[in-house]
Amino acid sequence: MKRLRRTMLFVPASNPNMMVNASVFKPDCIIFDLEDAISLREKDSARDLLVEALKTIDYGDCEIFARVNPLYTPFGEEDVRTLVAAGLRNVRLPMSETAQDIEQLDKLLTDIEKELGLEDGTVKILGAIETAKGVINAEKIAIASSRVIGISFGAEDFTRTIGAERSKGGEELFVARSKIVLAAAAAGIDAIDTVFADVEDDDGFKKEVESAKQLGFAGKSIIHPGQIRTVHNEFTPSKEDAQKALRVIKAIEEAESKGLGVISLDGKMVDAPVVARAEKIVCLARGAGIL
Amino acid sequence: MVKNALGREVPKHIDGIGELKAFQGAFAYDPKGQKLAPKITKTFHGNDKIVDNIKKSLELCGIEDGMTISFHHHFRNGDYLVNMVIDEIAKMGIKDITVFASSLQSVHKPLINHIKNGVVTGIETSGLRGELGEAITRDKILDKPVIIRSHGGRPRAIESGESKIDIAFIAAPAADLYGNVNGVEGPTACGSMGYAMADAEYANKVVVVTDFMVPYPANPISIPQTLVDYVVKVDKIGDPKGIVSGATRVTKNPLELLIAERAFEAVVASGLVKEGFSFQAGTGGPSLAVAQFLREKMKTEGIKGSFVSGGITGHSVDMLKEGLFKTLLDVQCFDLKAVESIKSNPNHIEMSASFYANPHNKGCAANQLDIMIVSATEIDVDFNVNVITDSNGIIMGASGGHCDTAAGSKLSIVIAPLLRGRLPIVVDEVTTVVTPGETIDAVVTERGIAVNPRRKDLEALFKAAKLNVMSIQELKNIAEGLTGKPGKIQTTDEIVALVEYRDGTIIDTIRRVK
Repeated sequence: MKRLRRTMLFVPASNPNMMVNASVFKPDCIIFDLEDAISLREKDSARDLLVEALKTIDYGDCEIFARVNPLYTPFGEEDVRTLVAAGLRNVRLPMSETAQDIEQLDKLLTDIEKELGLEDGTVKILGAIETAKGVINAEKIAIASSRVIGISFGAEDFTRTIGAERSKGGEELFVARSKIVLAAAAAGIDAIDTVFADVEDDDGFKKEVESAKQLGFAGKSIIHPGQIRTVHNEFTPSKEDAQKALRVIKAIEEAESKGLGVISLDGKMVDAPVVARAEKIVCLARGAGIL
Repeated sequence: MVKNALGREVPKHIDGIGELKAFQGAFAYDPKGQKLAPKITKTFHGNDKIVDNIKKSLELCGIEDGMTISFHHHFRNGDYLVNMVIDEIAKMGIKDITVFASSLQSVHKPLINHIKNGVVTGIETSGLRGELGEAITRDKILDKPVIIRSHGGRPRAIESGESKIDIAFIAAPAADLYGNVNGVEGPTACGSMGYAMADAEYANKVVVVTDFMVPYPANPISIPQTLVDYVVKVDKIGDPKGIVSGATRVTKNPLELLIAERAFEAVVASGLVKEGFSFQAGTGGPSLAVAQFLREKMKTEGIKGSFVSGGITGHSVDMLKEGLFKTLLDVQCFDLKAVESIKSNPNHIEMSASFYANPHNKGCAANQLDIMIVSATEIDVDFNVNVITDSNGIIMGASGGHCDTAAGSKLSIVIAPLLRGRLPIVVDEVTTVVTPGETIDAVVTERGIAVNPRRKDLEALFKAAKLNVMSIQELKNIAEGLTGKPGKIQTTDEIVALVEYRDGTIIDTIRRVK
């Protein structure tokens, strides 16, 4: 079953308290941040702290990512090397602007996996697209490596690169968000929407989550545990939809066991897109505990 | 020394205090005897109770070495009276005074000097905060241990005669010339006067100190003229900012909200949230969050409760106004909304600390509680709770109504994060026992809920509701897995405080920290 990535909670890797407690809020994913949330003076200590956390803390079902520093900085490669050795299996690469950025990380990971005796492709990549150039190259970024499990959108830097102010309505983001969703869908990977910075504005956040779901995002990056419930509620299917999807999957499994291809259920044809949609709904429903 | 029912070594005798009874179990001690009666004092027709200043009132009361002077803590960290009176006593050359306060706060730091110079030689209180707590625990500035009492234990000790008050000082937000007092008028209004009531009733002499005189007779009357000897008018008796907050607020901390939600689920699963139920929660943000969840459920399902008790906040007042509860029983107002409410709403009832929580009267309000939710500094695997000493062994909190309401209520739930800073909350043995584990039903943390093995019924209900029930040992193991096992606090053998259970037996001692 595909992993749920409805919520990706950013946690600064310099805050031991949050690092210990983040998983109790049950986000689908935690992104330990070594980049923007960490000052230059704290880069090393935050990395050390994260290494210890990865070694000692049981994060249960949460999928753990680290937002490493870009590889063109003095910290990026060391982040990746030490964290993978400590057990990290998902790297969020900030400022992914071209396929070459992903390829560079892919090569580094291949080397590290060899050194550590890990199976090739063990470590996955989430490419963070945060610039106009990145958006333009989204399709290439999404297929730059078989390690890429998703691409995420970072609106704060993006608006800066296009010379716009970020608005509540997000009109300036519409094209970029759509393009990222399309690129991810075409590559068969997840698209993750940008953060919503105003943690006091519950209504504004809810609207943006609704919009992200409607556009086709698989989930949203978040910066506060208080935002988790809103995202999960929005991305959770109704019980009826979940039961219906389960019937579709059962029907297709039965058909496959009998060597049949396309079947019909309740008088409607069940083909590959219907099955894919049903699988997604069942995945979301199971993650939400309603199945 | 003797081991009490919890296995804690407690003294049988302390010089200057006398014989002590070891804790035998939450409901084991059976009191006998008569209540105390104060000395008769009178005010004849034509005599005036107004006295020029505190010094004069002390002289008229016959202040002398070795006396016990009582205070109440409704003014909390805004209190001026304790320091004013003890300063005056010091200036008069009086020594060997016992400060018998319902609680002491950071603002009472000047007592440190009065202890060092021999003016104050004894303290009996519910809590000690700030530098005073630190000086007592770390430097042992008092020869005689402090006696820590619960809010119910204090009036019990007064009524039974275990504690004899020579002079009670009552900080009065409003008073008339004949000593009628209320807490709802004036610039330093604090609301309920519940903690001062036993003092007024049982002290040999009672002095009211106010900065707001009202025409005779004060109305309403919380403490009546029949109990008051003298009235002193001063410029200011306290700082309103430290007395009541503008409004107490529900927490926004996500971890605390998560714990509150789990506690709410547990309370609902217990089956006690039904028509006519009663409730008490602390005034901290997480407790208020539990109350907020309850409030929403009561509104949605049309459930009406009977009473909310204890320290009252604006949140409780809102629930009263919305008709969700019939009455508020109030020993202490915590914010301006509560003060305004007790002044104007007849269903917001002022109660004495004895009415609230005294285990040895003919029935206290705590016994009528269905649900009580409190916090903790530490909980051990036997469910014993510490709320008085910090992780470093220093006295920094108050016993308050913790053990009283835990013993009285049908369901007592302790809420706490599993870790506080780098320290686990669930431990093998708490530093100081304030509330015995036999009176705690469940511990709710963000990572799981532990039910006291005595409450198999509750455990079954929680499991049926699919709550994340685990053993207290499992909770401890999770905590220690994250933090490692904390080292034991290093103390000397010197006892700096005796922790009384509400029935007057010694449940634990606090030792000097090395």
